[in-house]
Amino acid sequence: MKKIIASVIAGAAMLAGASAAGAGTLEDVKAKGFVQCGVNPSLLGFGSEDQDGTWKGLDIDFCRALAAAIFNDPTKVKYTRLNAKERFTSLQSGDIDVLSRNTTWTMSRDSSLGLMFAGVIYYDGQGFMVKKSLGVSSALELSGAKVCTQTGTTTELNLADYFRSHNMPYEVVAFEKNEEVLQAYEAGRCDAYTTDASGLYAERLKLQNPDDHMILPEIISKEPLGPAVRQGDDKWFTVVKWTLFALLNAEELGLTKANIDEKKTSDNPEIKRFVGVEGDFGTAIGLTNDWAYNIVKDVGNYGEIFDANVGPSSKLGIARGLNNLWSKGGIQYAPPIR
Amino acid sequence: MAAGGHGADRRGSRTAGFINNPEVRGVLFQIAFLLVLCWLAWDIFDNTVRNLQKANIASGFGFLDRTAGFGIVQTLIDYNEAHSYGRALLVGLLNTLLVAGLGILLASALGFFVGVARLSSNWLVARIATAFIEIIRNIPLLLQLFFWYFAVLRSVPGLREKWTFLGIFHINIGGLHIPRPVFAEGATLVGAALLIGILAALIVARWGRKRLDATGKAPPSGWIGLALIVGLPLVVFFLTGRPISVDMPVFNDQGPLLRRGFQAGSGLTVIPEFFGLLLALSIYTAAYIAEIVRAGILAVNHGQTEAAHSLGLRQNQTLRYVIVPQAMRVIIPPLTNQYLNLTKNSSLAVAVAYPDLVSVGGTVLNQTGQAVEMVSIWMIFYLGLSLLTSYVMNIWNRRVALVER
Amino acid sequence: MSDTAAPASFVRDQIIAERPAPPSTVGPIGWARANLFSSPFNTVLTILAAAFIVWCLVPVIRFTIIDAVWTGDDRAACAQATGACWAYVKAFLPQFIYGRYPIEERWRVDLVYLLLVLMLVPMLIPRVPWKRLNGILLLTVYPLTAFVLLTGGHLGYRGSFLPADIVEPGPLRFAIEFALVAGVVLLATGFANWLAGSPAAQSGSTVAVVIAGLAVVFMVTGFDFGLVPVETSNWGGLLVTLVVAVTGMVASLPLAVGLALGRRSSMPVVRTASIAFIEFWRGVPLITVLFMASVMLPLFLPDGVTFDKLLRALVGVALFDAAYLAEVIRGGLQAIPRGQYEGAMALGLGFWQRMRLIILPQALRLVIPGIVGSFISLFKDTTLVAIIGLFDLLGQIQASANDAKWASPVTGITGYIFAAMVFWAFCFAMSRYAAFTERRLDRSRRR
Repeated sequence: MKKIIASVIAGAAMLAGASAAGAGTLEDVKAKGFVQCGVNPSLLGFGSEDQDGTWKGLDIDFCRALAAAIFNDPTKVKYTRLNAKERFTSLQSGDIDVLSRNTTWTMSRDSSLGLMFAGVIYYDGQGFMVKKSLGVSSALELSGAKVCTQTGTTTELNLADYFRSHNMPYEVVAFEKNEEVLQAYEAGRCDAYTTDASGLYAERLKLQNPDDHMILPEIISKEPLGPAVRQGDDKWFTVVKWTLFALLNAEELGLTKANIDEKKTSDNPEIKRFVGVEGDFGTAIGLTNDWAYNIVKDVGNYGEIFDANVGPSSKLGIARGLNNLWSKGGIQYAPPIR
Repeated sequence: MAAGGHGADRRGSRTAGFINNPEVRGVLFQIAFLLVLCWLAWDIFDNTVRNLQKANIASGFGFLDRTAGFGIVQTLIDYNEAHSYGRALLVGLLNTLLVAGLGILLASALGFFVGVARLSSNWLVARIATAFIEIIRNIPLLLQLFFWYFAVLRSVPGLREKWTFLGIFHINIGGLHIPRPVFAEGATLVGAALLIGILAALIVARWGRKRLDATGKAPPSGWIGLALIVGLPLVVFFLTGRPISVDMPVFNDQGPLLRRGFQAGSGLTVIPEFFGLLLALSIYTAAYIAEIVRAGILAVNHGQTEAAHSLGLRQNQTLRYVIVPQAMRVIIPPLTNQYLNLTKNSSLAVAVAYPDLVSVGGTVLNQTGQAVEMVSIWMIFYLGLSLLTSYVMNIWNRRVALVER
Repeated sequence: MSDTAAPASFVRDQIIAERPAPPSTVGPIGWARANLFSSPFNTVLTILAAAFIVWCLVPVIRFTIIDAVWTGDDRAACAQATGACWAYVKAFLPQFIYGRYPIEERWRVDLVYLLLVLMLVPMLIPRVPWKRLNGILLLTVYPLTAFVLLTGGHLGYRGSFLPADIVEPGPLRFAIEFALVAGVVLLATGFANWLAGSPAAQSGSTVAVVIAGLAVVFMVTGFDFGLVPVETSNWGGLLVTLVVAVTGMVASLPLAVGLALGRRSSMPVVRTASIAFIEFWRGVPLITVLFMASVMLPLFLPDGVTFDKLLRALVGVALFDAAYLAEVIRGGLQAIPRGQYEGAMALGLGFWQRMRLIILPQALRLVIPGIVGSFISLFKDTTLVAIIGLFDLLGQIQASANDAKWASPVTGITGYIFAAMVFWAFCFAMSRYAAFTERRLDRSRRR
């Protein structure tokens, strides 16, 4: 009995000792010296890990940009591998500071899951992959098809909506993990594999003969993917939000990793504000004034990270499309820094 | 330790006597224990409520009435995307019961067979049974599940082809396709007739046993019962104008590739996820049941066999009337445990996309974010099932237990 | 009779040399006749069984050995294979053993494995002496060493309740707080003893030992040994499997003893609580426990307190296993004859003394096979953590099977076969050991 009490008290003391101060996420992050980022461990182009432990992807680069803005050091990130099911609880419980895991922004996630999306890093939409030998050229021909997908995502719901609205019968086989979906699709359990179109391009690379499979042209849903934070911490939300906007603004202003030093002395007032020569925009959100300069210097602008991870110079080879800047025919648009 | 060094008044003072009274100590200890428990429970509850509020997560079971919006691949009751979360969970629950029920039957049959085979006088048969048990018991169930599921998937023909057995069983990667009975009006009468037939057969069997005890001659009650069970519904079936028809699975091998294969909505499809899970659960549990059966049979004193033989009973009669009834006493309690284990293990369905309670519940959890409610539903179901099963098996156990006079 | 030259007796006075038994009853043939072909039915059975063996074994051997691919650098080697792709296993073997543990730090994992073998093997061999010391080392020093080696130690204790303006949050504040709490507990113990009028030294010293032990634990885990910290999210493969299984076992053992004693207690509150706890965990599937641990545990804790993902799974596994283990230990307690309890009582021993000195040593020895059996189940059950996204051996293998470099029709099945072989080897060895102990105990009891 006495032993029990003693150990309970000591245990409680230890637990409390391990807890952070809890003032605000930005302060916590600064105090511990790194950003804890929840990511996807196995989605090529967005978040994936090499055999030797290097992380790559659009979502990963966002985390690195965040670290660059706060610490001027893109390596001050720790990654938490999350599956679709546990990502929200992980954020809610404070395991991670920001969720950057190809997560779709929806109303119910804003309202009942207690999340706040900082913006859209990738405008995606749900698509279908089928075997070329099936001779299907449109998703509308998929009536009666068996469809494999991963459980715990918006995908399942969109799928149901699409087939119902077109009055097509279908059968869904929903697996717990991506690996299992892929194995089942490969074995021929399903006619089609559905997930976000970008994900389809990534998963196709893991198939034994990627060329035997094609992605159908239809996009059946809006999937704006973006980083999310917990509700109730506006300061941190602002930092995350403006990190994303800085990436976009940099591209719009023509600032790249290569030319930012040279452009730093530019007379353009917009660039001056961006790199922190003019105004106190950085200190106003709790960072240093060269925060945006550091992002571009350490990580690059949006166009650069898009191109390197999912764009033409990556294995995925996805065209910019909707993700082009508003000035170039896309819908990526960031509020100005002023 | 320094603090307690003085003041030990050992001259039997009143407080000391009071404190050292075991009963008083017991009460004090229990009060303290209860306080600690209550404090822990309250702390957890308080934290949970506060965390949920802070994260702005809804609570309560109101979500069960909301529209689910996702499809389920195997539904025993009518279900589509427009039904509620509650209905979806019910579908998952029934799927759990289905796979657990069939799994228990299969595992028992296979387990008894292997258990007896292990005691076989044939060296080779006994060795095979031993090897089976040692291999199956020492490999994790989840691994076996993956193995069977993907083995099943890889070894059967694709969606556009099929294997056919006996003209009505068709197998391909989409599952087993068999004719589906369609019940029209009047089918309930046939069902009622079947029930009455079974009841009547039971009564006949009872009468037969009494006759056997009284006269020493066994009337053909088995045949009469069979006639009742089969004949009665058949008669009603034709009288009511054949209200039950069958819907054959339609296989199409013409036209565009996607349209070929078995047509959705025709016949009855048993999905491969179900087979993979059923196979893995039955085989895994059978290995344990085999050991229980072996131990049960070995526990019956050899003198019983010899005595039975000396009474003139033949080998199979000895087994049936002497050995098995006694072995059952030893077998039943651990067997109950294995049945419960199988039921609980069926929750691994989540790994192979079989929509059981845990799998469907996981989807609901993810869409509503209501973890506490969902986990309590799981726990209540499995706990309830465990308690119910132990209760039923305890009753049965009491019936077969040795009555000592 | 002495002069008879030719004995007319028909009685043989020499023993005929022993003749060998008929060839049909001895040797391989005799054995086969007795065990395989003793009756027509048996003969049929034997033939069927032999056919069954051939039917099973031939494809297995073909797949795993004859048709297997042993060398290769990427999927091209296995793309057309009809047998296992062992080249893939070879390429990923370090990952299966260490997960993503940094390559230059892997010696630490090796050291932990080595220490485990060095401490466990003498423990398992009955003849080696110093069992008590060995057991204490294995249950106290070893976990602490392994913890520091694997994580890197140097935990930052900050303390909690003293205001920050008196002492800065940090190890110092934590140490002061610890000393304060320890002092209060000691004082309370002393007071309780004074009330009871018993010599304070006895139970006071137990408390002091516990406090000293905790102090050592905090000091060691807080000390900076200069090891690079390795987060648990980088652990994987066999390492996670072993950590979950061994920690689950070690952590659940004391809890299980407490629960088993509680269930046999005469105090209704304690008994009811123990029964409720045991039956609850035994009644639910492990996968829901793991879901609960990974999804709900964070909600149970106060704001800001976070738990490592691996630790969460460990808590779930330990609680689950404790309930099963408690039933095993209860079996052992029930097997101790009443006389032992009564004898101990007659000697004037208190409850804890009775348990510690008389009952538990006998009961625990009796249930060693049961404990090993329970450990085998736990070891197999660790695979379930793959479902909640931890990379144990099975999870790691599954994740690698779809690696873009190695994906081929046989990669997945090869991985599963490899995992099956590893698990089988571990579990089979343990079950043999349990059987060996059981026989040994049986012998000593029969004597």
